[in-house]
Amino acid sequence: MKILVCVKRVIDYNVKVRVKADQSDVDLTNVKMALNPFCEIAVEEAVRLKEQGKADEVVVVSIGPKAVQEQLRTALALGADRAIQIETEAAPEALNTAKLLAKVVEQEQPGLVLMGKQSIDSDNNQTGQMLAALIGAPQATFAYSLELDAEQVVVTREVDGGLKTLALKLPAVVTTDLRLNEPRYVKLPDIMKAKKKPLAVETPDGLGVALKQHQTVLKVEAPGQRQAGIRVDSVDALLDKLKNEAKVI
Amino acid sequence: MSEYQHPYRDTAFILQHLVEFDQLCADAGLTEVNQELADAIVEEAGRFGSEVWAPLNFVGDQNGARMTENGVVETEGYADAYQAFVENGWPTLTFPEDFGGQALPNVLGTAVNEVWHSANMAFALCPMLTQGATEAILHHGSDELKETWLPKLVSGEWTGTMNLTEPDAGSDLAAIKTRAVPEGDHYRITGQKIFITWGDHQMTPNIVHLVLARLPDAPAGVKGISLFIVPKFLLDDQGEPAELNDARCVSIEHKLGIHSSPTCTMSFGDEGGAIGYLVGEPNEGLAYMFTMMNHARQTVGLQGLAIAERSYQQAVAYAKERLQGTRKDGSKIPIIEFPDVRRMLMQMRASVEAMRALALVAAAETDRSHYATDDAQAISQERVELYTPIVKGWLTELAQEVTYLGIQVHGGMGFVEETGAAQHARDARILTIYEGTTGIQALDLIGRKTLKNSGQGMTRLLAEVEDTCKGLEATDGLQDLAKALTAALSDTRTALAWILDSGAQSPHAAGAVSNAYLMLCGYLTGGWLMSKQAIIATENLKTGADNSEFLSAKIITARFYCEHLLPRVKAYTETLLKGESSLMALPVDQF
Repeated sequence: MKILVCVKRVIDYNVKVRVKADQSDVDLTNVKMALNPFCEIAVEEAVRLKEQGKADEVVVVSIGPKAVQEQLRTALALGADRAIQIETEAAPEALNTAKLLAKVVEQEQPGLVLMGKQSIDSDNNQTGQMLAALIGAPQATFAYSLELDAEQVVVTREVDGGLKTLALKLPAVVTTDLRLNEPRYVKLPDIMKAKKKPLAVETPDGLGVALKQHQTVLKVEAPGQRQAGIRVDSVDALLDKLKNEAKVI
Repeated sequence: MSEYQHPYRDTAFILQHLVEFDQLCADAGLTEVNQELADAIVEEAGRFGSEVWAPLNFVGDQNGARMTENGVVETEGYADAYQAFVENGWPTLTFPEDFGGQALPNVLGTAVNEVWHSANMAFALCPMLTQGATEAILHHGSDELKETWLPKLVSGEWTGTMNLTEPDAGSDLAAIKTRAVPEGDHYRITGQKIFITWGDHQMTPNIVHLVLARLPDAPAGVKGISLFIVPKFLLDDQGEPAELNDARCVSIEHKLGIHSSPTCTMSFGDEGGAIGYLVGEPNEGLAYMFTMMNHARQTVGLQGLAIAERSYQQAVAYAKERLQGTRKDGSKIPIIEFPDVRRMLMQMRASVEAMRALALVAAAETDRSHYATDDAQAISQERVELYTPIVKGWLTELAQEVTYLGIQVHGGMGFVEETGAAQHARDARILTIYEGTTGIQALDLIGRKTLKNSGQGMTRLLAEVEDTCKGLEATDGLQDLAKALTAALSDTRTALAWILDSGAQSPHAAGAVSNAYLMLCGYLTGGWLMSKQAIIATENLKTGADNSEFLSAKIITARFYCEHLLPRVKAYTETLLKGESSLMALPVDQF
């Protein structure tokens, strides 16, 4: 079985994100970038399935400028077999991403599509769902554990207040949550080997997808500064403030 | 406890612009290696180091290695962290492919080693010594020894040690007494070695000791010392560790710092003689050690950088968090806003950046000396020889000041162990001592590296500094840096002329001024490399080639260096020109 893993290049989670002075976007110039942590979990899961003999090829795909090849190389170093970059100027919005990925699914015919439940930059949590709809495949989001066999995948999902287990017919789309696995560290020899693994470059035109703009970013703001707290004299005073000032109880 | 993050951007900048890594790889014929690969490797090492090794640093300080009936037991958690280090292939980085290595350049190995030593210096000593032992066998061992021992040393499955020092043979290795008696295809080793770093532990199935000893018919002094492999466990027919050799750790030292690095007294031959195998030719042991000395000494210099970086990061985190004093609007002031705290942080930062530049430039010179040919090879080798005592001596001395400031920024909390600030200063303290004290480095620099070649190597280096002075003058906004570097260069030339003239005339003169000479050479080369970076940063700022914040910070840090640290060259020069006068004047019985 072939597994397709969709990955995104995002700001490294250790970096303190800053908003551009004109509030048009966050500042991305020369900020340290990394593989989206949820996507890394998806790659790890695919590689483990291959190591268990349940899959025979892991293909990673990412969309964006040439720089996303860095993250594709990381995925290759983690154990993916080959990579596809779809060249675009910037990371497209979710629906465009899903349309491009749908074309890759059509070309590659994977048994399973694995992807992060969301990217830590835009936090949309929608691309996996859109992709499943576009290709008419069953979906399971927020995967906590995953059992794959030739016909189906059984996915336990994290839902409010507990876990929910679903069986999906293949091909299916599964999006990963944080606790699905703990990704391995990249091994030094694998960084070297990743350089030699195949990496194909495609374009939206080549895939027959016209990118459309559905959304416009009006403004990006940093979270407001936290105000200094005050000390109250008694529990009654606290309750009074919670009721009458904060109006939360 | 603050977390450690490797400053990958500074490393990348130095590799790209000072080392010219792509060019270096092309010249070395490493077609597969480039800056992009180096960045990926350094970043991944940084991640592993900060997540796996760094959290064990404080644990290891508080719960150091222990001596038990069954030998030394390392700090809890170290065995797993070491295993992960081996599984991820990090020990193999610079070794030849024939023995399972990745054959990457020394300068990249050095950049990656900074991560391990920042994350956990006491722990990183174990692979550092293993690398030394591996190099010794690689360069001097027979094919049979190489096949037997190298694959598992290169992979890190076994660790290695260097057994040189004895109770009466420290800086003077000529006094070594350990004996080796031939017996069939091997030797029986008897004697005691002290201060053996990571001489015993339970992390790996075997430990390979490299031991200096004397053969029965060996000439006296330095020309009668041979090098032997003495494993903890002898190997069976399959090459697996089997029988325990007659070589054991009998005690470990209680030390000021590096608590998790067991410093062992090793006893060989308590029960008739440990079995050992001769490396290379008889009586060549010390010569073999000298071939590895440049690398070992530069690595200790790198430790100075690494521990200084860790101390700096911790001080910055504390200074941003710690609130003292109140503004008019009632808000509290983080101490990083106070000028004197800022002075300390800037001094730490400028020191660390200069140290990193010198450590990597010197490491790259070692690569060049390997692949260069003819005259270029000789000049490159001369430069390696010149850099080595400066890297070892100056970086480790500067690390004392940086880690001292790291405590000072913390105020009272720096004196309290729970912040971890004091650990860095205690750990750093060994660096000016082992692998040749600062005094030994200073004598090496003034003697073998200066007087012996009539200052030729130094003169060549100073000509490059002069080029940088011109570069500064021609760069907008850097004219005052040009003035500072030119003044320091002029002082250094005065000092050099004095050494070549007066220094050679009296028996004590060179020794008396050697420390001042070492330190001024350090501050000058640091200022030279910071200036070069300032020039590149200014150019890139114009073209928008890199992150403007990083580039501006680099220029400001270089300026601070030139204003606050570079003037020390003048002070050291003034002292140097006084020679031995007051230093040797007092009769011994006055002390």
